[in-house]
Amino acid sequence: MRKSATGRWSKWAGGAFALLAGVVLTAFAGQPAAAQSKQLTLCWAAWDPANALVELGKDFTKESGIEMKYEFVPWTSYADRFLNELNSHGKLCDLIIGDSQWIGGAAENHWYIKLNDFFAKEHITMNDFVPATVLGYSEWPKNTPNYWALPAMADAVGWTYRKDWFSRPEIQAEFKKKYGRDLAPPKTYDELKEIAEFFQGREIDGKKVYGAYIFTERGSEGITMGVTNVLYNYGFEYDNPKKPYQMQGFVNSPDAVKGLEFYKALYKCCTAPGMTNAYMQEGLDAFKSGQVAMQMNWFAFFPGLYKDPNVGGDKIGFFVNPAGPKAHFTQLGGQGISVVATSDHQDDALRYIKWFAQPAVQQKWWEIGGYSALKAVVDAPGFPKSAPFAPQFLESMAIVKDFWAEPSYAQLLLDMQKRVHDYVVADKGTAQQALDLLVKDWTKVFKEQGKTAASE
Amino acid sequence: MLSSGETYQNPQDAMTALIHPDAPVDRIGAEAPFRAMKRVRSLSDRSIAWLFVTPTIALLLAINIFPLVWMIRLSFTSLNLSMSYLPLRFVGLDNYADILSDDDIWIRLQTTAQFVIATVALEVLVGFGLALLINRQFRSHSFWTTIILLPMMLSPAVVGNFWTLLFQPQIGPFNYVVGLFTGIAPSSFSMTGEVALAPWTIVLVDTWMWAPYVMLICLAGLRSIPDYIYEAAEVDRASPWRQFWSITLPMVMPFLMLAVLFRAIENFKMFDMVNLLTSGGPGSTTELISITLKRAAFEKWRTGYSSALAIILFVTVFGAANIYVKALNRVKQR
Amino acid sequence: MTAAARSTAHSIVEASPRVKAFAAAVVIFYALVTIAPMLWIVATAFKSQSDAIAYPPKVIFQPTLEGYVNLFTVRTRQTPDFIASLPPATTWYDKLVRKHDMVIAGPSKVMPRFINSLVIGFGSTFLAVLLGALAAYAFSRFRIPLADDLLFFILSTRMMPPVAVAIPIYLMYRQLNLTDTWTGMILLYTAVNVSLAVWLLKGFIDEIPREYEEAALVDGYTRLQALRKVVLPQAVTGIAATAIFCLIFSWNEYAFAVLLTSGDAQTMPPFIPFIIGEGGQDWPAVAAATTLFVIPIVLFTILLRRHLLRGITFGAVRK
Repeated sequence: MRKSATGRWSKWAGGAFALLAGVVLTAFAGQPAAAQSKQLTLCWAAWDPANALVELGKDFTKESGIEMKYEFVPWTSYADRFLNELNSHGKLCDLIIGDSQWIGGAAENHWYIKLNDFFAKEHITMNDFVPATVLGYSEWPKNTPNYWALPAMADAVGWTYRKDWFSRPEIQAEFKKKYGRDLAPPKTYDELKEIAEFFQGREIDGKKVYGAYIFTERGSEGITMGVTNVLYNYGFEYDNPKKPYQMQGFVNSPDAVKGLEFYKALYKCCTAPGMTNAYMQEGLDAFKSGQVAMQMNWFAFFPGLYKDPNVGGDKIGFFVNPAGPKAHFTQLGGQGISVVATSDHQDDALRYIKWFAQPAVQQKWWEIGGYSALKAVVDAPGFPKSAPFAPQFLESMAIVKDFWAEPSYAQLLLDMQKRVHDYVVADKGTAQQALDLLVKDWTKVFKEQGKTAASE
Repeated sequence: MLSSGETYQNPQDAMTALIHPDAPVDRIGAEAPFRAMKRVRSLSDRSIAWLFVTPTIALLLAINIFPLVWMIRLSFTSLNLSMSYLPLRFVGLDNYADILSDDDIWIRLQTTAQFVIATVALEVLVGFGLALLINRQFRSHSFWTTIILLPMMLSPAVVGNFWTLLFQPQIGPFNYVVGLFTGIAPSSFSMTGEVALAPWTIVLVDTWMWAPYVMLICLAGLRSIPDYIYEAAEVDRASPWRQFWSITLPMVMPFLMLAVLFRAIENFKMFDMVNLLTSGGPGSTTELISITLKRAAFEKWRTGYSSALAIILFVTVFGAANIYVKALNRVKQR
Repeated sequence: MTAAARSTAHSIVEASPRVKAFAAAVVIFYALVTIAPMLWIVATAFKSQSDAIAYPPKVIFQPTLEGYVNLFTVRTRQTPDFIASLPPATTWYDKLVRKHDMVIAGPSKVMPRFINSLVIGFGSTFLAVLLGALAAYAFSRFRIPLADDLLFFILSTRMMPPVAVAIPIYLMYRQLNLTDTWTGMILLYTAVNVSLAVWLLKGFIDEIPREYEEAALVDGYTRLQALRKVVLPQAVTGIAATAIFCLIFSWNEYAFAVLLTSGDAQTMPPFIPFIIGEGGQDWPAVAAATTLFVIPIVLFTILLRRHLLRGITFGAVRK
């Protein structure tokens, strides 16, 4: 009874099947051939400096005829995606600008090729680069001359503030009356908290504003990269400086507990509602929309913020991560550029690095929005004046401290993400409990890796 | 009404029988002529049969079974892919012991169970309710049914992602609509960010997506009830309420069970939607066990450990699957 | 029996107008609530960036195609002077972009990802339906030893959590260089889909009376000829419905795609959430991608309406 319908169907389905067959054949015949001309793929995070790198790379293509392709991934999935890619021995990336903490794993697992011979051959010396970046981005084991990357993007945590609000006479007067000192960029975290409390909930130009913006992201590295800025300065240590991997009493020292409690207090008193899972991008949004007085973020974004039509220029100021009661550090960011060991285009990739290391290219890199780690650029007499945030950047790079860069870094990081987020955002347990658990987690990770403190 | 009188040796038989109730009859009826033909073409038939089945079995062996066996082996090792240069150690049952004695894992399983129970309960309520209403056959009911069915056909990941926009405290319409009806300031709460709200948020989105699924199956159940049963009940002067409890509900129950078990298994495995919507946060409030597994396997790269966890989950799902098959046994075609 | 009593007698079968009106009102209300989030996304795709993140959310706005333009292009910010120095914009999308002091630098990655989705979706569907149809025919028409066990085994492979399955697959693909390739993803999705295909198609083929084939065999057709000339044409509807179900699965799949692809073979679901613009997630572009991604699914759902129930229950419930 459905003869005609069946006929129609079969004709339709026949066509579809032919199409499918064609598609399958194409699929198995292989993906579109890589390229006719020479081509390199560079992998990095999707953010302002990456756009600058695309601009910069055009010169390389002009010079070498090698076409540059880019694979940029948002920060929240950057580590996830590229560690997966490296681990799978994939061929997506020829060059990778990998995070500082990956270096241990990348070296031990031979995901990157070692650059010592190449540096020697091309007369590139690490003495030309800012020491903190060489230690942070290139060396494994740390403090040994084994190089796996060329410092590509120097970075650290810094702060931006609304200079225009800070300089309003009525606000200044009110602040002085309340706290007995002038309203100025904070030098210590206690000052920062006072200023944040002062601005929290205030109406400015008919809009309710909030005191501070800090990192609280759970999924990747956000809250850890935020909380460490406070922890370091309250006296937190990753392990016993005299006895590596002995963490009891250092990670969870009374000072560290106070630091963690302070971060939570800051989060509770002075941030915008709903900032429960916020990292760089949320901070930029909050600052650009005029919601916050002070913002914690990476220096990498400051050129873009300075250029922002609404909050940039005269309206924005910058300050170094404030000191705490015990110390003065700031969290290291930034990345080195490496050649992926499974790449089929290693020679071209090395050629790119050689090109990138040239002083003239590095100078341009800084000018268009990247952060060079080359001494010739940052130690030049004109550097501090070349951008409003340049002095703070130099000061910060002298006091940076990094998270673990061990091969097991991802485990260490995820454990810290969980413990800190549970305490700060999800209100679970006390700061002491959170850090005690963290010591337990970390001890286990190192034990698995075969690294234990001598006394344990 | 389940008095078919048939019993089955094992769940598989039962499943086949109930899924293709006419098949055995058909097969028996066809047996004779086929046997006659077998003499002529028996060799070619048998080879055709194997030729047709082998590729599927081979593919499943290669992509499912071989990796599974490999994973069982790995679950007894200390393999960590981010440190694959370390010598591979066999650690016996250490990984299993580790998992089963880990309070965090139990809490994650608890969170998962709560999610499963809450979603399934809500979906049954909403889905069954909708099915009852749609079964009134009002005009244009078919059009509206199709609209209601749309969410369950969408990609859960894409759904999870776009609900994050809808739940944004400042710019999202959800808070705004809630504010409109309750007077609560829209930006004063965050559906995905607050410990008290986030678990309900994932339940809400899952219900939005999957209540139609329960509805569709219940609708089939309702339509399978013959009119004469209601007519007989009417003769006996049973109240509509009574009719519902003694006819509608029991007759639909097997279908409902099927829907419940399907949803329970699916939500026990839930990963994509929740991962995109809350990524387990705040803290670990909505971290379902699949998210824990993903973090262990693909972020911490603890392959040995996560293989053991995966096997434990397999066993759990297979346990559930068995119950599922047994319950399917009761669904009868009419 | 009075007329009134009669109408209650059929209360379930044929409801009274008042009951119908009430049912219609509730269902239509629910349908509207259900579809509202989707409509919001479709609308967001036509908002400008600032309208999309406006507070309070905007219901009335000036529609623009910026979201779609942003989805398909990569843009760079330039100084107004530089833009003034360029030759006048010739296309409507150039003009749209330049209004924001940007110029189009090239196409975005969305097309390659879309092509990946198409190739992997159609490729795995084709293979799954092909293998599934053969196996289903064999299970339906021949006596296969341990047939029920095999069928159960085929189904059970679908019950494993995808993240768990991905662990050994990841290791295996890494060894075979199949990570992030079309072939790898097609094979994997075929394996997942083939169980659905076997179960659904066996149901459809069981419904085709054997007498047709018998007649053909008596007429001197070989078994394969009978299959092609008699069974296949009858099963076409079932095959098409099965194919659409397989396609929808591959199209929507996220867990395997995010864990086993990184770029070359990445499909749309892991890509869409990470479409970002200058200031965070570019919601109009994300919404535009979501809309385009979902349209085929909506069409298929309408097309499949009659077989939907069968598909989602592995053929356990037929209508």
